[in-house]
Amino acid sequence: MSDSPATVSHAPLDWAYAESKESTSIVSIPEEQGLYIGGDFLPAANGATYASVNPATEGHLGHVAEAGEGDADRAVSAARAAYETYWRDMPGKERAKYLYRIARLLQERAREFAVLETMDGGKPIKESRDFDLPTSAAHFFYYAGWADKLEYAFPGTDPRPLGVAGQVIPWNFPMLMLAWKVAPALAAGNTVVLKPSTTTPLTALEFARLTREAGLPDGVFNVLTGHGDAGASLVAHPDVNKVAFTGSTGVGRLIQRAIAGTDKKATLELGGKAAHIIMEDAPIDQAVEGIVNGIFFNQGHVCCAGSRLLVQESVADVVIDKLKARLDTLRVGDPLDKNTDLGAINSADQLEKIQELVASGTSEGAEIYQPECQLPERGWWFPPTLFTEVSQSHRIAQEEIFGPVLSILTFRTPDEAIEKANNTPYGLSAGVWTTKGSRILWMADRLKAGVIWSNTYNQFDPTSPFGGYKESGFGREGGRHGLLPYMAGVV
Amino acid sequence: MGRLDVRKTHKLYIDGAFPRSESGRVFPAEDSNGQVVARMSQASRKDLRDAVRAARGAQPGWAGRTAYNRAQILYRVAEMVEDRREAFAAQLEVDGRDRAAVDAEIEASIDRLVWYAGWSDKFAQVLGNLNPVAGPFFNISVPEATGVIGVAAPEEPPLLGLVSVVAPVVVSGNTAIVVPSGRWPLTAVTFAEALATSDVPGGVVNLLTGFKDELLPWLAGHMDVNGLDLDGAPSDMVGALVDAGAENLKRTRTDRTDDWWAASAQSPYRIAAFTETKTVWHPKGR
Amino acid sequence: MSSPVLVESLASPVTDRALRAYLGSVPSVDDVMVHQRVAALATRSIKKESKRAALELAVRMTDLTTLEGQDTPGKVRQLASKAVRPDPSDPSIPSVAALCVYPSMVPHAAPVLAGSGVHLAAVATYFPSGQAPGESRVADVRTAVEAGADEIDMVIDRGAFLAGDYVKVFEDIVATKEACGDAHLKVILETGELGTYDNVRKASMLAMAAGGDFIKTSTGKISPAATREVTLVMFEAIRDFHALTGRRIGMKPAGGIRVAKDAIRYLVLLHETLGMDWMTPDLFRFGASSLLNDVLMQIRWLDTGRYQSADYFTKD
Repeated sequence: MSDSPATVSHAPLDWAYAESKESTSIVSIPEEQGLYIGGDFLPAANGATYASVNPATEGHLGHVAEAGEGDADRAVSAARAAYETYWRDMPGKERAKYLYRIARLLQERAREFAVLETMDGGKPIKESRDFDLPTSAAHFFYYAGWADKLEYAFPGTDPRPLGVAGQVIPWNFPMLMLAWKVAPALAAGNTVVLKPSTTTPLTALEFARLTREAGLPDGVFNVLTGHGDAGASLVAHPDVNKVAFTGSTGVGRLIQRAIAGTDKKATLELGGKAAHIIMEDAPIDQAVEGIVNGIFFNQGHVCCAGSRLLVQESVADVVIDKLKARLDTLRVGDPLDKNTDLGAINSADQLEKIQELVASGTSEGAEIYQPECQLPERGWWFPPTLFTEVSQSHRIAQEEIFGPVLSILTFRTPDEAIEKANNTPYGLSAGVWTTKGSRILWMADRLKAGVIWSNTYNQFDPTSPFGGYKESGFGREGGRHGLLPYMAGVV
Repeated sequence: MGRLDVRKTHKLYIDGAFPRSESGRVFPAEDSNGQVVARMSQASRKDLRDAVRAARGAQPGWAGRTAYNRAQILYRVAEMVEDRREAFAAQLEVDGRDRAAVDAEIEASIDRLVWYAGWSDKFAQVLGNLNPVAGPFFNISVPEATGVIGVAAPEEPPLLGLVSVVAPVVVSGNTAIVVPSGRWPLTAVTFAEALATSDVPGGVVNLLTGFKDELLPWLAGHMDVNGLDLDGAPSDMVGALVDAGAENLKRTRTDRTDDWWAASAQSPYRIAAFTETKTVWHPKGR
Repeated sequence: MSSPVLVESLASPVTDRALRAYLGSVPSVDDVMVHQRVAALATRSIKKESKRAALELAVRMTDLTTLEGQDTPGKVRQLASKAVRPDPSDPSIPSVAALCVYPSMVPHAAPVLAGSGVHLAAVATYFPSGQAPGESRVADVRTAVEAGADEIDMVIDRGAFLAGDYVKVFEDIVATKEACGDAHLKVILETGELGTYDNVRKASMLAMAAGGDFIKTSTGKISPAATREVTLVMFEAIRDFHALTGRRIGMKPAGGIRVAKDAIRYLVLLHETLGMDWMTPDLFRFGASSLLNDVLMQIRWLDTGRYQSADYFTKD
């Protein structure tokens, strides 16, 4: 009760979180950065470059080479040479030690990489610092340990590398996706040509310098910066044995067509529209945290984001009220501020896509909720957004928004939840909140998705396989399963 | 006169500390010519009792660490051994081998530590599995550390042998009481120093220099020890030790390793030897 | 979540059935996510000026506590002086919220605190175990209030709670509240003995429904005492109870909070969960003894730019 007997009056508390900015002084970005081929930074054959931009400020972050005609060929040749000269025949325990070194160097330089990642991509520093970089290093550490144990990963087979891997990664987790792809590829004995996303090339280039510091033989790891055409020519290159891609389902489909009729193996990790199911017996307050984490982590730029919330009708009001109150406490702004929860949208293009889909939600009759928040004037921003009164037939319940936008639907019974959850061409992930263990497992059995989180969301670990059902792609990354797509002889 | 060097006192390693034997006894470490090069603490049954208590105290915490954390700590042990190469080389050379030979042993030891470090977050993926039982049940089997393990390290090679028996026991979350080589005991103390500077919690590995014929029967008879690796026990003692261990049904590994250098001297099944398989049933239903 | 109807049905004498219906509607708590939420909030950093204000607020929120078998009138009088004026060299430092002592020490503390605005809290109901007959527990409270205590920190009967005798726990609180008269009642759940966050949340809902003005984590005699995790769970219960009834219940983590940094983290948790309305000594207290000097040291560090030594702060 607030009428305490003796209350001395005091000025109202001014409670403000510090603008606690992570220093950028530990990062140095060269004004010009070449393609990393055969251990050297080289200009593109045609000399083209483009600027990398900080999405939170629209500030300039130097120029990188724009790979064009012939560059993929140079990179693949370097990778082939390194494969045949050193890497393929190196004893596993020596390959392992290179990867351990890389893991250790990444741990040592984690803060520097985190700041660079945040500057280049717009994600909050608390995520790049506490999630992306530690998890990236952990991936290298984990796969290092497999390099000399492949015979135990696939007993009764003759595991061998495939050759040169062409890997194309997205902008939402540039460093982590690099680690997911490069670590198992190198552990298995392949060499790599990596094409980072157009908008986030910087950590991949810094990682190239790190591999040099680790003494990794020239050509084992190569980077092609540039646009989509560079990725396309890499994928299509006849001397690439393995294609790994993370990105949109549309591009994934093109890649599968492009390699049709070749011997290339492919791993595709594509889009999603994950159902996040809240049963009435869920631990409600923790479920609300899980929902927030599920959709607003990395501004919703997450292929497995819990973007379709399915709440049992009996608790829908409570959950939505609590969710709205929680949204009001989210802090949107400078990604380098340690107190920021939501950073910048990665690019002007992406912002436009989000805006367009949100507009469709309103026009199709869903009810929008956005907390009041001051967005910075420069850069690309979108406030955390909820839609209630959403139907399965709305575009915002079907299409991947890839932004901080949650669509809320309701259901009445577990069977209905499953039916709605699976009613999508995607199948990357799903979440279930209930206190009843048997129900978790019953639902997990029926959900058509590659990863099921129960009473948690957006958990990742190097030991745990990740990847999709249906149009969310195929192949797994992480765990013992993540080695398989990089092996020959496992038949 | 030149500077007088400062010599190391060789002590036991119990609970993260380096005590002398409570018995006050020492025994000589001799080189291949019979020259005494150092005096070692000679562990007693009471030191062993203290070591078991330390190992039991440390076990839940060690097993409770994440596998990733144990992997990094074991890798850190490898880093620390690499850093002490000169010390190990000088101590290994007392058996009359040349530098190239002892370097090879140090390198093999480091690589073996790295190899087992990598198993920390993988052995459950190889030794455990989901069981497709015929019913609406989720059923999974996972290996879990057995507890406190007594280990007899081989007499030779002193460092590689020691590393080869300690790493697979502790990587899964067991803690160990180890009786190292009695003939070549010097490197055991230096290895303990590497452990002590590697973030390995005190009590996880306890090293008791001394005599196997004196110590192993106490280890085998101790009711709070859950397992025994007798690979390095004198072969004429093994039968009696297994017999003594039967009182509390100790998991006992009696395989003999002929060649500690061979690839066959490292195996995830050495890890499996000191794990318990736990199977969990859970219904699936609306 | 519980309905208001369920709370209304809980008038004394309460039935086992009504209580079970009420507690049965309390949502479960997931440990892992509680820990993750607390860890995430631990990385929040607050502005320098806000930090000064927050530390001062922490002083004003402190229940300066001594609960030792070796407490003497002299010790208690000295600590009471400290409560009124925590830092003799800096008059801008406010008094603490309350002095918290055993009932037998109340008469010795009361004269020192008189007119200072510092509350006098007594731990009653046979603190810390609570293992005494009901009439003795209530008599203990009356004695303390008559001697001048205006706040009572009671312990619940954890044994009864764990045995499922919720009626006993509820009626104990009701009786204690009645014995308190105008004094404020803080209900100590002794969360370290309740075993699970589910139990903490249930016990919180029970204590609030029975009439507690505050809910409090611990006696300080059991480890673990207050943790940020358990405090978050209790905050969430307070939030639900407010939504159900419109009543604002206070919160007091006690025991184990020793350094200013911890105190700030508790305040962050409070701010993010219950908001500005609760950021007052009327609704939040720290039960602590050594915390105060560390907070004072941090305030002086902010004021002077020098890291401080314990030598410059009074120990009473």
